[in-house]
Amino acid sequence: MKVMIVGGGKTLYFLCRNFIAKGYTVVIINRNKEECVQLARQLSATVVCGDGSDAVILKDAGAVGADVVLAITPNDQDNLVICQLAALKFGVPRTIAMANDPENVEIFENLGVTAFSTTHIVSSLIEQRASMEQIINLLPIGEGRVNVTEIALNTDSPVTGKLLKDIVLPENALVAVVMRDQRPIVPRGGNQLLAGDRLVLITLPENHGPVLKIFSGEEQ
Amino acid sequence: MGNRLYIVIVGCGRLGSYLANHLSRMGHSVVVIDSNEETFNDLSSDFSGFRVMGDATQIGILKEAKLKQADVLFATTHEDNVNLMVAQIAHKLFNVRHVLARVFDPRREQVYEQLGIETICPTSVAAEMFLMAVAGSQAVEGDKMS
Repeated sequence: MKVMIVGGGKTLYFLCRNFIAKGYTVVIINRNKEECVQLARQLSATVVCGDGSDAVILKDAGAVGADVVLAITPNDQDNLVICQLAALKFGVPRTIAMANDPENVEIFENLGVTAFSTTHIVSSLIEQRASMEQIINLLPIGEGRVNVTEIALNTDSPVTGKLLKDIVLPENALVAVVMRDQRPIVPRGGNQLLAGDRLVLITLPENHGPVLKIFSGEEQ
Repeated sequence: MGNRLYIVIVGCGRLGSYLANHLSRMGHSVVVIDSNEETFNDLSSDFSGFRVMGDATQIGILKEAKLKQADVLFATTHEDNVNLMVAQIAHKLFNVRHVLARVFDPRREQVYEQLGIETICPTSVAAEMFLMAVAGSQAVEGDKMS
């Protein structure tokens, strides 16, 4: 897979390190000459120095063969144009823009560009994690439309000892996996939940609170 | 032009302020947006429109300028990408009837034509005029020869 990333800073550096470790071919476009030299020294990636929203630079960087273009500059207008040029001029199949201003996520989606906001992701993580100690892990997927939550059961949990089929969940919620003694179980109605189990829950934002309440007993 | 238009101009630089002054004098309702308050000094004393200070890539600023009611939007900042983003938002999300963006880079122009965004490229316009001038002087030369 060939990934092209436009931007700079630590986020870009660690993302690239991650991608390279996975065996992806990484191309970086960055405007700052000194940062380019640093990146080229530290990473086994192709580094192109220039404006990523300039069609000539994108072309030189090999946009035509890229599988993904990721635009994470601090300027939303640049991220939008980079993704549009990559998709429309060079036929890149998947482009993703970072929206520094969280309000721009919806706007970019309306303009046909996939977008995400770190502000959204971090704030939802903090909010939902801070609200309950038992929640071990939380990950929004599908642009935040689906939550994956890991929750630990103790002896006080209202569902401990119950069969899964006796627990009434709202629509569009699921206990996907039960981790028991390091072993994963994909549960069915006949499985009993025990203290010490860690459940992986799939929820939607609208039923997330009620579902957690069923398993923890606490008000969200 | 008999009827009064509601015109939003993004960027109050040389081009933006010129357009704002001119259109205001013609009797249109004009709103100018710029993130730098000092640029409003370029508006003439008889400019009767509104000034909105802020970054036009933030939707709140565009709402403050009542973009929804606008008949026309001109995006004239010095940054191509700002102009292209604002023009698309005005065209697609606020349904502004007539949207024009200034884009310096001719290569960016083509892609946005595809997206239905009308652009004016000062580089192309100036180049064309220079080339016409050359053609004109060649014709004069030609006349002399014959």
